Amino acid sequence: MSFKDHILSSFIALENEVDTSSYVHELRNQAIGEFEKLGVPQRKEEAYKYTSLKALFNKDYCLFPKKETAISYSDIKKYLVHQIDSYRVIFIDGIYSSHLSQTTHDKFDVCLMSSALSNPKYSNVIKEFYNKLAVKDGLVSLNTAFAKEGAYIHIGKNIIVEKPIEIVYFSTGNEAQLMTQPRNLVVVGENSQVQIIERHQSLNDNAVLTNSVSEIFAAKRALVDWYKIQNDRLSASLIDHTFAEQKDNSEVRIHTFSFGGKITRNNLNFYQRGEHCNSVLNGVTILEGKQHVDHSTLVHHTAPNCESFQEYKQIFDERAVGVFNGKVLVDKIAQKINAYQQNNNILISDTATINAKPQLEIFADDVRCSHGCTIGQLDEDAMFYMQARGIPKKEARALLMFAFANSVLETVKIPEIKTRITKLIAMKLGVEIGFDM
Amino acid sequence: MLKIKDLQANIEGKEILKGINLEVNAGEVHAIMGPNGSGKSTLANVIAGREEYEVTGGEISLDGEDIEDLDPEERAHRGVFLSFQYPVEIPGVSVTNFMKTAINETRKAQGKDDMAAKDMLKMIREKSEMLEIDRKFLSRSLNEGFSGGEKKRNEIFQMAMLEPKLAILDETDSGLDIDALRIVANGVNKLKNKDNATIVITHYQRLLDYIVPDFVHVLYKGKIVKSGGKELAQELEKRGYDWIKEEVEA
Repeated sequence: MSFKDHILSSFIALENEVDTSSYVHELRNQAIGEFEKLGVPQRKEEAYKYTSLKALFNKDYCLFPKKETAISYSDIKKYLVHQIDSYRVIFIDGIYSSHLSQTTHDKFDVCLMSSALSNPKYSNVIKEFYNKLAVKDGLVSLNTAFAKEGAYIHIGKNIIVEKPIEIVYFSTGNEAQLMTQPRNLVVVGENSQVQIIERHQSLNDNAVLTNSVSEIFAAKRALVDWYKIQNDRLSASLIDHTFAEQKDNSEVRIHTFSFGGKITRNNLNFYQRGEHCNSVLNGVTILEGKQHVDHSTLVHHTAPNCESFQEYKQIFDERAVGVFNGKVLVDKIAQKINAYQQNNNILISDTATINAKPQLEIFADDVRCSHGCTIGQLDEDAMFYMQARGIPKKEARALLMFAFANSVLETVKIPEIKTRITKLIAMKLGVEIGFDM
Repeated sequence: MLKIKDLQANIEGKEILKGINLEVNAGEVHAIMGPNGSGKSTLANVIAGREEYEVTGGEISLDGEDIEDLDPEERAHRGVFLSFQYPVEIPGVSVTNFMKTAINETRKAQGKDDMAAKDMLKMIREKSEMLEIDRKFLSRSLNEGFSGGEKKRNEIFQMAMLEPKLAILDETDSGLDIDALRIVANGVNKLKNKDNATIVITHYQRLLDYIVPDFVHVLYKGKIVKSGGKELAQELEKRGYDWIKEEVEA
């Protein structure tokens, strides 16, 4: 059976267990129709020119795994950044785990999507925001058609959420091949602030494909700081679609740290719909073997006097492949914006590849848009300089790479994350030293 | 301490050093002078172990051990220090962190534990005072945006921190004004003792007014063509290099 047929017949199975009269089910119906039309993106489409999904979509994935209860806190503890002091929404094989999670309804809602979708209490928020940013795309529609679970975060006005919220999706490998469709909705009210850590992690080497959609709404003067930690096993692939809508004076920052996984595609789409917004998209990528990471970003400036800042630092070794497809779209009305895009790459081996494609479409005439892309090797002079001071080659290399990635690391505001990322990088580079830079 | 016998070296197939003989003992200061392009910097880089230079013949030994097959860091661990003519800018790495890493990696190679943080701080304070280096400077990225003089002073600061057995100063005077020159030379003189040695590579005699050499060697076309005491440097200052060239070519 083709992947598409498998999906279409699975949808009929899904309809047997969900409330088909609900508002959300209408959306599901539309979405499955769109998926049927659009299918899985192909390489002939410009947006997927450098990333083939073919090898991922030729498997018969299990879409409805059984509920897993045997996973205990000690199995997952090491993947959590904040072991004590955080809100946690934890999913095992796509299913919410209440005993591992730490949710709240005190002052604001940090809970699970399934209850938000079914409980009438939330229906106004769902109707106002759910699926409002998701674009017409085969995989986004696929997610909308099947999504039942994810994190639902709704922060009202004037609230600073003191503790970070961790959203972690674990897969157990109980199924030989599992596909999940996580769906997160984050609505942040005026003057409110929230920090989010998102991670997808498999617990063994069975194949997992995650097709995730997150929608973020930042009201006036809201601040959203979101960390994506991608360090999964080589058996796991992730296709992420994250959409952010920003109103006046809001700031949304998404930091993506990509070290693991087989194929990872990050689609980040920002829509600035108010003046004086700031959007930050940055990341560090370190890959080896045959890993593949694709960062496809879009910042759509639809209002004047805004800023956007993109900075991706990437290091590729062996046969690893990277794609940076960064698009900045400036509408005619969006005067006086400042859009910055920087993409620096180091290729360690002769067989590593980076496909970099900055795209700027500017229809306004009084703007500042700058972009830069570099591809290089490690600086030989710097290597010799450090070695001549007694720093061995491997450590010297690591120190240079840390220095290279440092401008992005410096934007990490949660100290535990910074430490965690620094350790992950050190591990990745095979050095013991953590440079406290 | 350092023995160089009939050393020949190429870069990209071009022969630069054509048979160098040099012996440096503990407690001595040697100056290597010579016109531009004579191979002075190549000699410094070859002793420090730069891979781009290919040693095609001869021997380099330090305290009786052949070092020509050692990596640059292994030579550093044995006490070789090169003060760079053009110190490299390394954005994102602070001077302090760089020094900490260098010292602790050297200690690790010597089988010692990391230096205690408070000892490190004390040492940094002492040595930076000796070289009249502003403390703020130490948290800046290594050499990034430093003036020529600051870079050279920072090289000697690193030398003071690492306390090498053999220090090679490659054109340390270039880019220094007279005050900076005095500070740098003072630093070098204070670090001098009976157990270490210094090779000063310079085009001009000026630096040698402050760091007084025991021996002066003239390098020309990849060979040491003349050696003498400190008076040789003064003669070169007066007469230039042409007479040496004429002597060699005669």
